[in-house]
Amino acid sequence: MRRHASYRAFLVHRLSGVALALFLPVHLVVLGLALEAAALDGFLNWSAQPLVKAAETILVVLLALHLFGGLRLLAIELLPWSDRQKDWIGWAAAAALTVGAGFVVRSFI
Amino acid sequence: MTTLEVEIWRGAEEGRYETYEVPSQPSQTVLDLVTYVQRKLDPSLAYRFACRVGVCGSCAMTVNGTPRWTCRTHVQKVATQGRVRIAPLRNLTVVKDLATDMAPFFDKVQEARGRFIPSDAAAKSVAEVPPEEPKRKEADAGIECIGCGVCHAACDVVRWLPEYLGPAALNRAWTLVNDARDGDRIGHLRAIAEDAGCHACHAHQSCAEHCPVGINPTRSISGLKRLVLMAAIRGRL
Ligand code: SF4
Ligand code: SF4
Ligand code: FES
Repeated sequence: MRRHASYRAFLVHRLSGVALALFLPVHLVVLGLALEAAALDGFLNWSAQPLVKAAETILVVLLALHLFGGLRLLAIELLPWSDRQKDWIGWAAAAALTVGAGFVVRSFI
Repeated sequence: MTTLEVEIWRGAEEGRYETYEVPSQPSQTVLDLVTYVQRKLDPSLAYRFACRVGVCGSCAMTVNGTPRWTCRTHVQKVATQGRVRIAPLRNLTVVKDLATDMAPFFDKVQEARGRFIPSDAAAKSVAEVPPEEPKRKEADAGIECIGCGVCHAACDVVRWLPEYLGPAALNRAWTLVNDARDGDRIGHLRAIAEDAGCHACHAHQSCAEHCPVGINPTRSISGLKRLVLMAAIRGRL
């Protein structure tokens, strides 16, 4: 009953939203560190480790999925109906993965 | 002759599946299976049907986990290794066996003000509504609903938020706000603009995936969302 693209898109949107909400406090704490340059530098060095980079990439992909999925929902709700909206799921996913790939490439240069 | 193993829900909210052996026939429908069991094996089995040709909307059940109209569902299409599991529709209270209480489902149509309110002009003369008119087309796309409740059973928001008006009631409201002869557009919009109305829909489209007559309630609901937004901006709600 839930085995169709639109339902999966809904799940991805909801789960990425929850994951991002959980991450938000961490994000704010790190922003708070910026008040003390030394603490921030220490954190930035830690975050340069490969494992942390990988986690960051996942975070970026989640953010992009949530962003593009959200744009898709806005289009469904605000624009006249289009039967092509199913294709938008694919486009949103592709855009999110491209952003993720871009982030990985940027980490190496 | 090969036989099918048919598991049927017996009881009410509490109950269990009973297994019956039903001879397999060409072009057999799921409703045929249930009728065979009731006529030949256990007359106490309760279920509902009327037209047997996909018009009345009374025969919907859950077949192997999916809500379907059983009179137009071929066994061949749904049986897995000669087995079929038939349960009552989801998101409604079971009265007995395969019969659910449909009253809350139809009540929601009324809550959504899903009834025609003729305008003065429409009451006095015959309105001319050209078939190619965009609003007429929107209404036409949703008008053939047979009230089967399949979309209601498929919708997870109905499950999570029982007050939610649901896809069928909202689709009905959409056909009315697009009806040139209806005289209470704002009244219809007010009825569906509340918390458990059109804005509760998550657009996951399970309703459209399952509607047996090919209606797309998500499309209707997104249309309502736009109309409500416009009416709110203009301060008319
Ligand atoms: S699109 Fe809306 S009405 Fe349809 S199944 Fe999803 S939440 Fe329910
Ligand atoms: S919209 Fe489709 S699935 Fe829903 S009640 Fe009407 S006919 Fe049945
Ligand atoms: S019995 Fe009427 S729609 Fe199936």
